[in-house]
Amino acid sequence: MNIEHLIHMANQIGAYFEAEPDRVVASAGVADHLARFWEKRMRQSLYAYLDSAQDSTLTPLVSEALTRHREQILGKLQ
Amino acid sequence: MSLHCHHDRGTPARTSTQHVTLSIDGVPITVPAGTSVMHAAAEAGIDIPKLCATEQLESFGSCRLCVVQVKNRRGYPASCTTLAEEGMEVTTENDALFRLRRGVMELYISDHPLDCLTCSANGNCELQDQAGRVGLREVRYADGQNHLQEATDTSNPYFAYDPSKCIVCSRCVRACSDIQGTYALTTTERGFDSRIAAAGGEDFMSSECVSCGACVAACPTAALMEKSVIEMGQPQRSVTTTCAYCGVGCSLNAELQGEKVIRMVPDLNGGANHGHACVKGRFAWGYATHADRITTPMIRSSIRDPWREVSWEEAIAHTASELRRLQEKYGAESIGSITSSRCSNEETYLVQKLTRAAFGVNNVDTCARVCHSPTGYGLKQTLGESAGTQDFDSVMQADVIMVIGANPTDGHPVFGSRMKQRLRQGAKLIVADPRAIDLVDTPHVRAAHHLKLLPGTNVALINALAHVVVAEGLVDEDFVVDRCEAEAFNKWRTFIADPRHSPEATASVTGVPADEVRAAARLYATGGNAAIYYGLGVTEHSQGSTMVMGIANLAMATGNIGRPGVGVNPLRGQNNVQGSCDMGSFPHELPGYRHVSDVATRELFESVWGVPLSDEPGLRIPNMFDAAIAGSFKGLYVQGEDIAQSDPNTGHVTHALESLECLVVQDLFLNETAKFAHVFLPGASFLEKDGTFTNAERRISRIRKVMRPLATYADWEVTQMLSNALGYPMNYSHPSEIMDEIARLTPTFHDVSYANLDRLGSIQWPCNAEHPDGTPTMHVTEFVRGKGRFMLTEYVATDERVNRRFPLLLTTGRILSQYNVGAQTRRTANNAWHPEDILELHPVDAEDRGIRDGDWVGVQSRAGETVLRARISERMQPGVVYTTFHWPGSGANVVTTENSDWATNCPEYKVTAVQLSRVEQPSTWQKQFAQFSEEQMKLLKQEPAGAPV
Repeated sequence: MNIEHLIHMANQIGAYFEAEPDRVVASAGVADHLARFWEKRMRQSLYAYLDSAQDSTLTPLVSEALTRHREQILGKLQ
Repeated sequence: MSLHCHHDRGTPARTSTQHVTLSIDGVPITVPAGTSVMHAAAEAGIDIPKLCATEQLESFGSCRLCVVQVKNRRGYPASCTTLAEEGMEVTTENDALFRLRRGVMELYISDHPLDCLTCSANGNCELQDQAGRVGLREVRYADGQNHLQEATDTSNPYFAYDPSKCIVCSRCVRACSDIQGTYALTTTERGFDSRIAAAGGEDFMSSECVSCGACVAACPTAALMEKSVIEMGQPQRSVTTTCAYCGVGCSLNAELQGEKVIRMVPDLNGGANHGHACVKGRFAWGYATHADRITTPMIRSSIRDPWREVSWEEAIAHTASELRRLQEKYGAESIGSITSSRCSNEETYLVQKLTRAAFGVNNVDTCARVCHSPTGYGLKQTLGESAGTQDFDSVMQADVIMVIGANPTDGHPVFGSRMKQRLRQGAKLIVADPRAIDLVDTPHVRAAHHLKLLPGTNVALINALAHVVVAEGLVDEDFVVDRCEAEAFNKWRTFIADPRHSPEATASVTGVPADEVRAAARLYATGGNAAIYYGLGVTEHSQGSTMVMGIANLAMATGNIGRPGVGVNPLRGQNNVQGSCDMGSFPHELPGYRHVSDVATRELFESVWGVPLSDEPGLRIPNMFDAAIAGSFKGLYVQGEDIAQSDPNTGHVTHALESLECLVVQDLFLNETAKFAHVFLPGASFLEKDGTFTNAERRISRIRKVMRPLATYADWEVTQMLSNALGYPMNYSHPSEIMDEIARLTPTFHDVSYANLDRLGSIQWPCNAEHPDGTPTMHVTEFVRGKGRFMLTEYVATDERVNRRFPLLLTTGRILSQYNVGAQTRRTANNAWHPEDILELHPVDAEDRGIRDGDWVGVQSRAGETVLRARISERMQPGVVYTTFHWPGSGANVVTTENSDWATNCPEYKVTAVQLSRVEQPSTWQKQFAQFSEEQMKLLKQEPAGAPV
C-alpha cells in the first residue's frame, strides 16, 4: 500500500477530529474511525511506518491516536 | 394514450374538509368541494364525452364536447370547468346535448384525415372513441378549408408531430407547462389558424423541448405519436416495472408485442413519478437489444489475447478455479467484489453474500463509494439512519427549498419537474452551486438566492448559514431540547457561534457575499417548512461527510426534520444507490447498515448463511486499487460497474486493473473495465429479470421480467452459479426468495415481500410491524438513533488547490440526455442531444487564453491531460470550468485526482485544479485510449489462434 497515500488519508481523518476541543475524545475518534473503516493491510502499513519512521509526517493527533489506541486499532492483528 | 385503461375522470381529484352533494342524471353523489361536475359524474359512474380534458391536467374548457345542463341555469356549461355545488341537479344526456356534441364533433372531424384504418392510433384513439360515443355518422363540411396537407415534423428521434391530426385541444401545451414545467410548447395564431408549435426553434428538435414525452402521452389523437408505434403498431400487453436510470425510480409500464417493447409509458399510479417520465426513462430503452450486447461468456488468459467464447459451464468453472487459485497463492484477502447501483437489490445482496460467505472476506464495495458514501456516513452519525428523511411528495408542502450541489432538472428530471410545480405555487428557492443551474432562472421560477460559492467551500458555507441561525436567535429551541442530545448541541452551539464561522469571515473563502448568506439563512430558518435537497456537489469533496453532517445540523437546529415539507433529502445518482447500500455492499457493513464487528449481527447472518464471517472491515474500491498496485490484491468480480470510466484518475485505475491476475466483468457490453478483463460474463438488462430497486426516497419498487434474458441467465442466477462452483451452495429459484431472506435478516425490511409489493405498488422502508405499509417520513417522533446528534464541522480546505500552474477549478457533473458512464444512453438516439462531452468556461477565462467557442482545449491537471471542445458560457463563474463524463474518450477522469473524502474515500470529483490551453489535436492519453480500444475490439472479434485458455 502506498504509504504516502495512507498518511495523507490518516491526516485527513485527524484534521476532522481537530475540531473536538477535548484531546482525549479527539484521539479516540481518530482511533475508532481507523478501526471501523480501514482494512487491516492499511492499518498494518500505517503502524509499520509509525514504528520505523524517523521524521513522521503524521500529524500529532494521528500519531497520538495510533500510539494510545494501538490495541483497539490493530486488535488481534498485533 | 396508453394501453392501460385508466379510468380518466377528466379533471384532477380534489381534497377538502368540505363536501357537497349533487344529483347527476338522478344519481346522488357526494364529492369534496372544488370537484368538477365532470369528475363528480365519473365518480357516479357517468362518463361525459370529452377531448381537451384529462385527469392529469387542470380543466381548460375548450373542446365543448363535455357540455351538460344544470337545472334552473341557462345554457350548456362545460362540465370540466363547472364546479359541483350543493343541491345541483345535472343532466348529461338529452336531445339538445346530443345534437350539440355531434355538431362539435362534426366540426372537428371536418378538419381531420379520415384515415383511421391506417392511422398509428387506430384502436387506441380518444378522438375515434368520442366520435363513436357521440354518434357521428356524417361530415357535411368535408370540402371546406382544412389543415390536412401540413407536413409532419419528424425531427425528434422518438416521436413525430403530425399537425394534420391535431385538434388543438392544448393538452400537449398544458402537459409541457403544468407537468414538465418547460413551457416549450405554445399555441400560435388564432381561430382557424391556431396551431401547436415548439417555442425557440423551427421544429421540435431545435426548440426548447426536452423530449420528456408528456405531450405525447397527453395527445388524444395521433398528432403526437411515438415513432416506435408508428413503425410497429399498437402494443398488445403491458407490464409494470421500474426505470433503470436515475434515483427517482419512476414506475413505467412496458407496453409490448410479445417480448418486444413498443413503448414505455409512465405509470399514473407510480408513487415516485405520478405518471411522468423523462427522455431517458420514457424513450432511451433501445440499448437493451442493441447489437453491442454480448450474450456469450468469454475468457482469455491475458488482456492482449483474443477473447474465446465458451459455454456458461466452462466460464463459471474457470472463474471459480481462478479465484480459488489466487486465494491459495496470495491469501484469502487477495480477492473481492464490486456491486452496482444499476443492479437490483437481490443481485447486490447476492454479490455481497458471495463475497462474505463464499470468498470468506469483506472486500466488497459498491459504486456508491464514488457518489453518496458520505451520505451514508453523515446521516448515520447525526440522525441514525443512512437515508433521506422524506418522500418526493413532501416537496409539495415545502415553503422554502434549498438545493445544494444538485441539478435536479438534469440529474433527476421527474423530481425536478415536481419541484418546479411547487416553486410555481410560490415556494421560495435557495440554490447553492458554483454554476447557474437551470433552476436558478427558468420559466416562472427564479431563485430568491443563488449562493454562487467556489468549489470546495461547501462546509464554510453551511457553517456560515448555521452561524447566522445561532447568532440571530433563530434556533428552534423547543425542537432541539425535545429531540436532540443536549451535550452535543451545546458543544456545537459554542463551536458554530465563533466569529470565524460568520458569513463575513467566510466570504473570502466561499466567494459568497455575507449579506446574501445572512438573507438565505433567515429565509431557511423562518420561511415555514424548509427542505434541503442535495446531490453529488455535496458528497464528492474531501469534506463530503462533514458537509452532510453540516446539513443535518442545520435542519435539526431549525426543527426542519420529522414532518412532511421539510427534511434532508439526498438525490441519489443512480436508480439503486440507496438499495445497493441497504443491501450490505459496503465492506464494513452487513445488510441494514450493521457493522461487521457487531457480534450479534454477525451471529444472526452466520446462523442463516451457515459459515463464519469475518469481523474485519474489507477494502473499499480506492483501497482495492492501491492494494492491487502494491501486489496484495489479485482478483476482482465486478457486476454491472465500469470503474475504468467512472472512477477518478484513470491512469491509476487502469494501472490497478492491469495489476490483477483475474478480473471478472459481468455486464451488458464490453465496457471500458471489460477491456482489462480475463472473464466476461454476459449480464441481463432490467427488462430481462425480476427484482427490486430502491430509489432516493427509500421506495422499494418491483422490476418485472418482460423478455427472456438474451444470454440465458439473469444476473442473480450467474452469481448463484459462481457461488455453487466455489463450493458455497445457493439454491434460490426466484428473486422473491432472496428478498424473503433479506427481510428475515434486516429489521427495516422485515415486512417487505413481493406479495406486499404487489399489493401496495411500492414500499418505503422501514417496513415492519410498526409501519406495515412503509414509512414516507422518517424521524417523526424521535430519531432512529434516539436523540439527534449535532456534529462539529470545522472547515478544512482541500489539498487540491489552485496555483500559478493550475489556476482554474474543474468541477464535473451530468446532463439530462446522458446517464452516468453512458453505457446505456450512448447506445440510443439520446446522442442527438449530447454527442460529446463539452468543457464549459466563463468568457473571461476564455478571453485570457484566446479560446473561442468550439475550440479544442487541452485540460491539464496534476493527474493527467485531456482535450475537450469548449463552450463559452456565463453559467460559469470566472475561475471555474465544468464538464461531464458520459463519453469514455473524453477522458474527464484522466484529469480528476484521487483526493477523497476523509471519512469514506468518496473521490473529490468536484474540485480539480487545472489549466487550459488551445490545442489542435487529442491528448496523448486520448490517442493511447483510441488505440487500446481499437485493439480490444479486434480481440473481441478475432478467433484465438492457440490452445484454450
